[in-house]
Amino acid sequence: MRKSFIAQNPSVLWFLACLGLFTVVVTLMAEATGAGLISTSFVKTLGKVLCLCLVAIAMDVVWGYCGILSLGHFAFFGIGGYAVGMWLMYARTEAIVVSNLAERTIPATPTEVNDAIATQIFGVVGSSEFPLIWAFSHSLVLQLLLVVLVPGLLALIFGWLAFRSRVTGVYLSILTQAMTLALALYLFQNDSGLRGNNGLSGLQNIPGFEAVPQSVVSMGFFWASAIALGLGYVLFARVLSGKMGSVIRAIRDDETRVRFLGYHVESYKLFIFTLTAVVAGIAGALYYPQAGIINPAEIAPIASIYLAVWVAIGGRGRLYGAVIGTAFVSLLSSWFTGGGAPAVNLGFYTIQWTEWWLVLLGTSFVAVTLFFPAGIGGLFDKFARKSS
Amino acid sequence: MIRTLTLALALLCLPVALYAQDLQSLLQTHQKIVEKPSRKTVGPVIEALGASGLPEVPVFLERWQDKALYVRKDDGVFFYAAKSAEGRDLIDISTGEIVATGVDAGTLKQIKPNGGVRKVIGEALVQFLLSDPDIERRRNAVDAIARNLSPNQIAPLVASIEGEPDAALLQRKRRLAGYLTARFGDTTEARVDAIEFLSDDLSVDGRAVMSQILETRFVAADAVPDANVSEVLEPGSEALSRDAAYAILVEEHGFPPRLTDNDVRLALEAHVDGGKAGGVPVAQLGDMQNRAVAYDTLAAQGLVQKRVSEGDLDRAFAEWGFYQVYLENDAAVTAAALETQKAIQTKVAMNQAVDLGMDAISLASIYFLAAVGLAITFGVMGVINMAHGEFIMMGAYTGYVVQQFITNYTLSLVVALPLAFAVTFAAGVAMERLVIRWLYNRPLETLLATFGISVALQQLAKNIFGTQARPLTSPGWLDGAWVINDVVQISYIRIAIFVLALMFLGLLLFILKKTRLGLEVRAVTQNPRMAASMGINPDKIKMMTFGLGSGIAGIAGVAIGLFAKVTSEMGSDYIVQSFMTVVVGGVGNVWGTLAGAAMIGFFQKGVEWLNPTNTLAAQTYMILFIILFIQFRPKGIIALKGRAAGD
Repeated sequence: MRKSFIAQNPSVLWFLACLGLFTVVVTLMAEATGAGLISTSFVKTLGKVLCLCLVAIAMDVVWGYCGILSLGHFAFFGIGGYAVGMWLMYARTEAIVVSNLAERTIPATPTEVNDAIATQIFGVVGSSEFPLIWAFSHSLVLQLLLVVLVPGLLALIFGWLAFRSRVTGVYLSILTQAMTLALALYLFQNDSGLRGNNGLSGLQNIPGFEAVPQSVVSMGFFWASAIALGLGYVLFARVLSGKMGSVIRAIRDDETRVRFLGYHVESYKLFIFTLTAVVAGIAGALYYPQAGIINPAEIAPIASIYLAVWVAIGGRGRLYGAVIGTAFVSLLSSWFTGGGAPAVNLGFYTIQWTEWWLVLLGTSFVAVTLFFPAGIGGLFDKFARKSS
Repeated sequence: MIRTLTLALALLCLPVALYAQDLQSLLQTHQKIVEKPSRKTVGPVIEALGASGLPEVPVFLERWQDKALYVRKDDGVFFYAAKSAEGRDLIDISTGEIVATGVDAGTLKQIKPNGGVRKVIGEALVQFLLSDPDIERRRNAVDAIARNLSPNQIAPLVASIEGEPDAALLQRKRRLAGYLTARFGDTTEARVDAIEFLSDDLSVDGRAVMSQILETRFVAADAVPDANVSEVLEPGSEALSRDAAYAILVEEHGFPPRLTDNDVRLALEAHVDGGKAGGVPVAQLGDMQNRAVAYDTLAAQGLVQKRVSEGDLDRAFAEWGFYQVYLENDAAVTAAALETQKAIQTKVAMNQAVDLGMDAISLASIYFLAAVGLAITFGVMGVINMAHGEFIMMGAYTGYVVQQFITNYTLSLVVALPLAFAVTFAAGVAMERLVIRWLYNRPLETLLATFGISVALQQLAKNIFGTQARPLTSPGWLDGAWVINDVVQISYIRIAIFVLALMFLGLLLFILKKTRLGLEVRAVTQNPRMAASMGINPDKIKMMTFGLGSGIAGIAGVAIGLFAKVTSEMGSDYIVQSFMTVVVGGVGNVWGTLAGAAMIGFFQKGVEWLNPTNTLAAQTYMILFIILFIQFRPKGIIALKGRAAGD
């Protein structure tokens, strides 16, 4: 008899247990719900890291398991952020505008309200009309649907075009990078309808929760991010187990042979590419309300490459590896760049880590690629093998 | 007219003019007129001044015009004066020397010519300046006329043409005289001739003259107006919207203006009375229809002005015709100008196409230089070097450092090019030996490892050179541009880069096709194992190729640094475009890279031409185009065929 899914993947339980424990500990130490040992801004940072972990496991599935080095998943992440950001910005501006217009002697017409909102949002790019892509921004449900649909459709179309013409390997990476660059450049334009390089801001203010302090809101998002990460982990573990998982891994190892065995390789790749894009979009939708601002620079190709770096350092082909790598590198990065790391005095030169952190990251990344291709997750594997 | 002409003639005889009188005594003969000049009387004085041929006359006229001339009340002698602590210092009008200091201001009288006189003086002054021996002052005078064309400048300008010794300035004067005649000439024939003559003139000024002649305004009239009508317009058409047409009626014929929604709101707010406005409860006024009803009620009571409805517009339009009328009354002139404008526009469009082509070629040369090194390494080893952009940056910084030591820009460039090659060659070889060699069977990881190097190098450059842009100054002979005509011009730096790209194309083709190294490189590209069994050392070849590719990136860096600023991030600006060039062109083939660079360069410039305000959009469309292009030619324009293609 086949073993159950969980029994096949004990690591899923381990992961969920660790995640749950982490969430509870943070909750108990936070300002709003516990001892106040962790500041609100650090709760936000941790929540953001959880979202990054979610997009990283998506990246791990598409790269570590399916062998597609996509340099575009952060673009999907950004699209998700923009989709939810549009609603946040619209709803908040609407509340402000309505309360402003209420001071007039006679009530405002719907057109007046609409015009005032548009002027408020698009004034910075010299426009006062709603672009077409904001058609659904008044509705949270529709925008949440877009969080899933836009990255999904984009990935579907792009993936179909790319896989159909058998673009593989390095070529595909460059093509996805081009897609990301095209999107970022498009968003940088003022007439893109998404406020050019100003981006969307004030996203940390959740409409309808104005009275709730940020410390509580941040806990809500932290929990939501943790749950999303847990669900995403289980989903991907499920997809990757069983026969389908084997086919996907086989595509990574030898695509041509899988094709000769009669599998429709393109469909599998397209499915994985689209699914991970959707998850990336969801992660972005959770990330940006915690970050408070989104602008096109976030989508630039370099972000997607960093994503690959996190996954590689954590160890490809292991879901928990992606989580470890992301959490480790992004927290370390904020520690170093935030000036938390002590300067090293060499006598003739003092190393300021704010300046030298990227040098360290770059070289250590080369070292990991050269000497520890399995990444940090590889150490866990060795440990697990020894103990069993 | 005659006056100025005689003046000009007098000036032409400058060398033979007699220095019989100095300026002061000449002025003394016209003492009363100079002291109290009027438009009618000042003529002979100016004529006499012109005839005197004295070099200080222009200065004198200028001061006279600027109310800086003083007369001593005692004896009527003229001076310039300057304020000093004790009073006024008097300055001799001929020598410019201070002749008396601390003079009581009460003993002097400032001469204040009125506006009409100042204008006459000014015209005479232009004439003087146009014929001034100093070419700089002549140029300034011509510039002043060109800035603000006006009818009374024709005569002095035409008069000064004949004596102009400088060929370039003579040409400008002729051209300017043509503009003036075209706009303000006396007879229709003269103007039409002048306009037709301008059909070869592609300069912005020439085109401005045409559009000034063809300037129009909108007129609303109940019959065809007695004017030079350009077009009869229909309200609601593309040229004239209904709102715009009605706005003309409002402005010209006092029609009541249309109310905006905001006007309606303000009027209603002003007439809220007991919770109602126009009989409608305030709470219901958040609706456009209710507002209209309320407003109309108010209007019926005569409290506010009536609304202008669409029907009112229709009635007004039925009664009134709308015409686009030339400001220029002479129909023959406007017809000629229209034709000339068309001819000029055609020529300008053709020249712009040529200009665009040259721009595209120079962009393509830059892409070629930036990408060809990448193409070679990619072709031979199948690895993507993400740090290629940083090699470009290293080359540019090498050029900058060299300039710190060698101040002669030409010499420093001569030193920098090979040095940049050497530095990046060494860096490339080191990178190949230390990192890439170990990853040959894992191409995706090479991509990431080289990305790590790229990040480290970029930050290292930032730490060493700082974040601000460093200049890489090009030598003087590369400054400026090759101006073919007013539309087509290309800077010498771009030509130099084009030549550099050509040189490298030739050099690479030579190395690959004619040398032992090239033979071995091609062998390794096609089949490394077979090449190895033929006694070629693939390791060495790969190392050399990588060094060569990196070295070319260094040279590209120097070239790019000459026209763009050198920053630590300059590499990343070119890396994606370089990838695109390689992918579009086809891997491992110099001709492919050339084709890819040409295609991307031309495509990008083409899109920029269609949408010139938005270079970001151009890049977006270019990338989308490339993604689609890959669909049809996944292996690039020039694909390797047969066994060499690998899979």
